[in-house]
Amino acid sequence: MTQQDALINYCLRLGDSSLILGQRMAEWCSNGPTLEEDIALTNISLDLFGQARTMLTYAANLEGKGKTEDDLAYRRSEREYYNTLLSERPNGHFGDTIARNFLHDVFLYHLYTALKISKDETIAAHAAKSIKEIAYHLRHTGEWVVRLGDGTEESHQKIQQSFDDLWMFTGDLFEMNEVDELLIKAGIAVDLNEIKKNWESTVNEVLQRATLQRPKDDYMQTGRLKGMHSEYLGHLLTDMQYLQRAFPDATW
Amino acid sequence: MDNIKDNQGDVWEVFVQSKPGLPHKHAGSLHATDKEMALQNARDLYTRRNEGTCIWVVPSNAIVSSLPEDSDSFFDPSDDKIYRHPTHYVMPEGAKHI
Repeated sequence: MTQQDALINYCLRLGDSSLILGQRMAEWCSNGPTLEEDIALTNISLDLFGQARTMLTYAANLEGKGKTEDDLAYRRSEREYYNTLLSERPNGHFGDTIARNFLHDVFLYHLYTALKISKDETIAAHAAKSIKEIAYHLRHTGEWVVRLGDGTEESHQKIQQSFDDLWMFTGDLFEMNEVDELLIKAGIAVDLNEIKKNWESTVNEVLQRATLQRPKDDYMQTGRLKGMHSEYLGHLLTDMQYLQRAFPDATW
Repeated sequence: MDNIKDNQGDVWEVFVQSKPGLPHKHAGSLHATDKEMALQNARDLYTRRNEGTCIWVVPSNAIVSSLPEDSDSFFDPSDDKIYRHPTHYVMPEGAKHI
């Protein structure tokens, strides 16, 4: 594997995670629990799509085969996606969405903080720009975790269940392979073991504030590095890619 | 507030300052369960197109408003006192910002 191939894969990982989580948040459009929250959730979706565009455009340019961000977003099948398993989890109820996004936001927050000093200029600039958005997303979900956890008996029990159900997909966030190895040596990528330490401390702190139990690290479902996904990604893609599949090359 | 009919939280008024030094202007209202969430919702609802540098949120029930039936006694007396407006001066030549 060349460094170029590794870099393309790395950009797909970042771009795909934002794209898929953005699509999940778009599903909330008009379904939010209140008007204000509906707008907040879809705002987050738009931020994520913006982040995905930067990374997919960069990946397409690096590939040099004349593809565009749209080709990468709408013309790939499940096994060619490298998003985190957590990002594709279904929205469930509002607490499920908040718990999923919170765990993912903490990951992205620490990852992008570290990537600000990446030796790849595009990734460094992307990280510096995105971190402002992610900091806001994290503030939003973190505040909700505390309110639901330390809210009523019912909200506490529901979001505790959300965290218990999602926990087995958190190990996947920190998996690494030769792509990481190559890019860490080149000063482009960061060691996810380091990110994990920060992730742990932020997650623990917020769960504690929310009077929630941190789920035990047990069996972890992984697979994002190989494009091995849960059954949910395929369904999400049929929805997201519908237009390009039904009417290839459709234009306005 | 009747929580059975409406569980969206209390109503808050939002004031947005567009530039440092300018007064905060009323932008609208929103629902939120507490002040931190009110601030976050205000950010999403009223400043997402680059409108502001600072936001105030105030519980609507903390605002004291004059009533329509007060308007005679509050506002009418100023109608016939045009000398309260600085319109009786001769403008000095070259003064631009009066």
